Amino acid sequence: MVKLVVKGKPLNLSHDLVGRVVLGKDGPSTVEVVGGTRMNGALDAVHQAWLTTAETPEATLPSVHSLVSIGHLEAGDIVLIQRNGLVRTVFRTASPDNTLFTTDQCNSNCLMCSQPPRDIDDIRYHYEINCRVIDLIPGHTETIGVTGGEPTLMGGLFFDLIERLNSRLPATVVHILTNGRAFSRRSFAERFRDVNTPNVVLGIPLYSDYYARHDYVVQAQGAYNQTLLGLHNLGRAGARIELRVVLHKLTYERLPQLARFIFMNLPFVEQVSLMGLEYTGYTPHNDKILWIEPSEYVAELTTAAEYLDSNGISVSIYNHSLCTIPERLWKYSAKSISDWKRQYPDECGRCLVRDACGGVFATSKKLSSHIRPIEAL
Amino acid sequence: MTDKPVSRKFLGEPYFGTPLGTDYHLLPFRFHAIGDTREVLVNETGDHLLVPRGTAGRIVRREVDGSEELYEDLTANFFISPTPVPELLDVLSTRYITKKGFLESGTSLHIFVITLRCNHSCHYCQVSRVTQNQDKFDISTEDLKAGIVHMLASPSDEITMEFQGGEPLLAFEKVRYAVETTVELNRTTGKRISFVLCTNLTVLSDEILLFCREHAILISTSLDGPEFVHNPNRAKSGAASYGLVIEGINRARAALGHDRVSALMTTTALSLQYPQEIIDTYVEQGFQGIFLRPISPYGFAVKNQKKNAYETERFLEFYKTGLQHILSLNAGGTYFREDYTSLILQKVLTPFGTNYVDLQSPTSLVNSVVVFNYDGFVYASDEARMLAERKDYTFRLGHVSQPYAELFSSQKAVKFVNSGIAESLAGCSDCAFLPYCGADPVLHHATQQDMEGNRAFSIFCKKNMEMIRHLFELLDSGDSAREAILRSWTHQKPVTAW
Repeated sequence: MVKLVVKGKPLNLSHDLVGRVVLGKDGPSTVEVVGGTRMNGALDAVHQAWLTTAETPEATLPSVHSLVSIGHLEAGDIVLIQRNGLVRTVFRTASPDNTLFTTDQCNSNCLMCSQPPRDIDDIRYHYEINCRVIDLIPGHTETIGVTGGEPTLMGGLFFDLIERLNSRLPATVVHILTNGRAFSRRSFAERFRDVNTPNVVLGIPLYSDYYARHDYVVQAQGAYNQTLLGLHNLGRAGARIELRVVLHKLTYERLPQLARFIFMNLPFVEQVSLMGLEYTGYTPHNDKILWIEPSEYVAELTTAAEYLDSNGISVSIYNHSLCTIPERLWKYSAKSISDWKRQYPDECGRCLVRDACGGVFATSKKLSSHIRPIEAL
Repeated sequence: MTDKPVSRKFLGEPYFGTPLGTDYHLLPFRFHAIGDTREVLVNETGDHLLVPRGTAGRIVRREVDGSEELYEDLTANFFISPTPVPELLDVLSTRYITKKGFLESGTSLHIFVITLRCNHSCHYCQVSRVTQNQDKFDISTEDLKAGIVHMLASPSDEITMEFQGGEPLLAFEKVRYAVETTVELNRTTGKRISFVLCTNLTVLSDEILLFCREHAILISTSLDGPEFVHNPNRAKSGAASYGLVIEGINRARAALGHDRVSALMTTTALSLQYPQEIIDTYVEQGFQGIFLRPISPYGFAVKNQKKNAYETERFLEFYKTGLQHILSLNAGGTYFREDYTSLILQKVLTPFGTNYVDLQSPTSLVNSVVVFNYDGFVYASDEARMLAERKDYTFRLGHVSQPYAELFSSQKAVKFVNSGIAESLAGCSDCAFLPYCGADPVLHHATQQDMEGNRAFSIFCKKNMEMIRHLFELLDSGDSAREAILRSWTHQKPVTAW
């Protein structure tokens, strides 16, 4: 797993600051951070800082020293330097999978949440950071994600963030993960339409065609109706929509029915992503009601994927190593696991299709027992 | 900043609404028996569930329990609702609007009868004349232009301009004038216009083909089957028709592209004996589908109910045999569709409607199609002008020289449309197949002297009911390979004009 947070000792840091990494003059043990702005709201375009593993830092500039390592930082990466000495990588120049984190808050509480929500007042803080980050992201970036928690809980700032992305990064696809519930309010959907562009894609989960099952999975009464009304409002607003279905014991049985429901009621969606479980966050806690081997839902997965595909809705299968799904589904398989948490168990070295495979979650504490190298095709 | 984790005490599924009892509300749906043991439930938007016989009764008697999978199916597919007014009424209404989307655009299909003159004397044709008299049977330039002006005034952004006859190529200069005038006048209206030329392809010239290519004109021709069916059906003096039409199809494909040429068959008493041979001819000639069209009741004794019923019965046998043959071809690896089946399946298996004019409610009359006849009179459909050839002018909207509103918003036009709304017709309003079917005031007027018609004696009803029922039977047979074939026929945009 790629390291995204390192801890060191802060010096001259009166505020958190965001900046872009430049390789230091003193070799690999020190990097310079430029283009930063302090997090007290005042813009300070040339603010500089030092990050170093050394114990004797440059004394006059804001610095974090005695860092365990900084080898993971590359020129062009964007870091958030916190007053307490934590250095978080918030944008990796070498990665196609960068995301802007907007809040820990969520109005759902999904049984299999990989990043359980926290009820903290963090929206303004993340918004300020994200604004600085956006200003530093190179214009040629292909995709940037927006995630949480639930980003729409930002309220008006949600639209401000999209507008800022649109104006600073007009060529970048903005992929927003949201439960879509907020869009059930017409006024919210209409405000979205005002900031929508062909580069904005909304990834919205739908776990069942039956309301009570969906609401149970997301642990929120009325969520199914809100998400569906939201999807329809978004459809009217011309939004690009990716539906996301996480597959587990509570969702696989009605997957063929869900596929039909999607085509009949939501034919305007651009893509349906059928996703494997990431065994982290709440999932281990709910293991008994969620965990199922992919081999046990292959029939439902095949029916659903081929039905949607043949009806013109693009299908992707996420988070399934190729050895866990039948070969006829490989064409739908996408390397979906973010590069920083993608890994290949040792035996994959012998696998003939390793290069085409998306690997497994480094974050998953439990993997399918069917993972094995494919040694003959 | 507080940092308190959200509760990990998860709530059980019953909390989220799975009812323990049978306290649910009915949404509008209809049902129909499929075989002895099954029935199909169809809701207002045309979504269906194939279930055991007696299920509709159980639903109404509130015998379906929340613990049954059926309860989930019925709720998810809008047959029952946990609340008196479904929370997703907005979704349901959008679905309904989508199905009726053809109404939004306004009249799209504009048929121009260029001439009644023809070099064939097909015995089923009611309109053509073998004659040299151009003045009497060709449309005048003046009427043609007036029709084009009306066409471009249609609220629809997409227009199909179809040239019919007679044989329109016997008056090619009129076709040329019509296309060029339309292109010229459309510079200001900016509509998307497709041209369709209905021709027997026996009088093609390089000049004509070049012109068709230049204006992306689609060719629609007549092919009734193998030589021994086609030639007796489509009598022609001089060289026999079959060889000429095959040669014409190949020439037109070479000049315009393979998919720019389509063919239609007409079913006659002779055809009824040869469903497989007719289909095989279409396959051999490189077509991807065939439209097994019922015998037109305008041809023979239209008012003889008994004969009509008998002919419909025979046609249904012909259709089922043909469909079975087509399914076998597909199972053997040849992709080939029955086009009418595809249109019905499009309505059954997809959220979309079709633009096919004969299966619309409200009726396609005026809403979707108008005809400018060779003599300057304007009719509400192609069949309407055929009736006029038998001196029945009921569906004449007026003369092309009249203003637009006087023709298309007249009391007459309103009457046609009002008598063609299946949702309010006796025998249709409570039919399970209503969302898939249409209304045909012209046919009911011709066969029953009543635009609304009595369903008990309606050949339109008899034919469609049995075809749709038969398709549900095929879909419900548990033969997944066959179901996949039928589904594959809906995986493309429907054809809009014939």
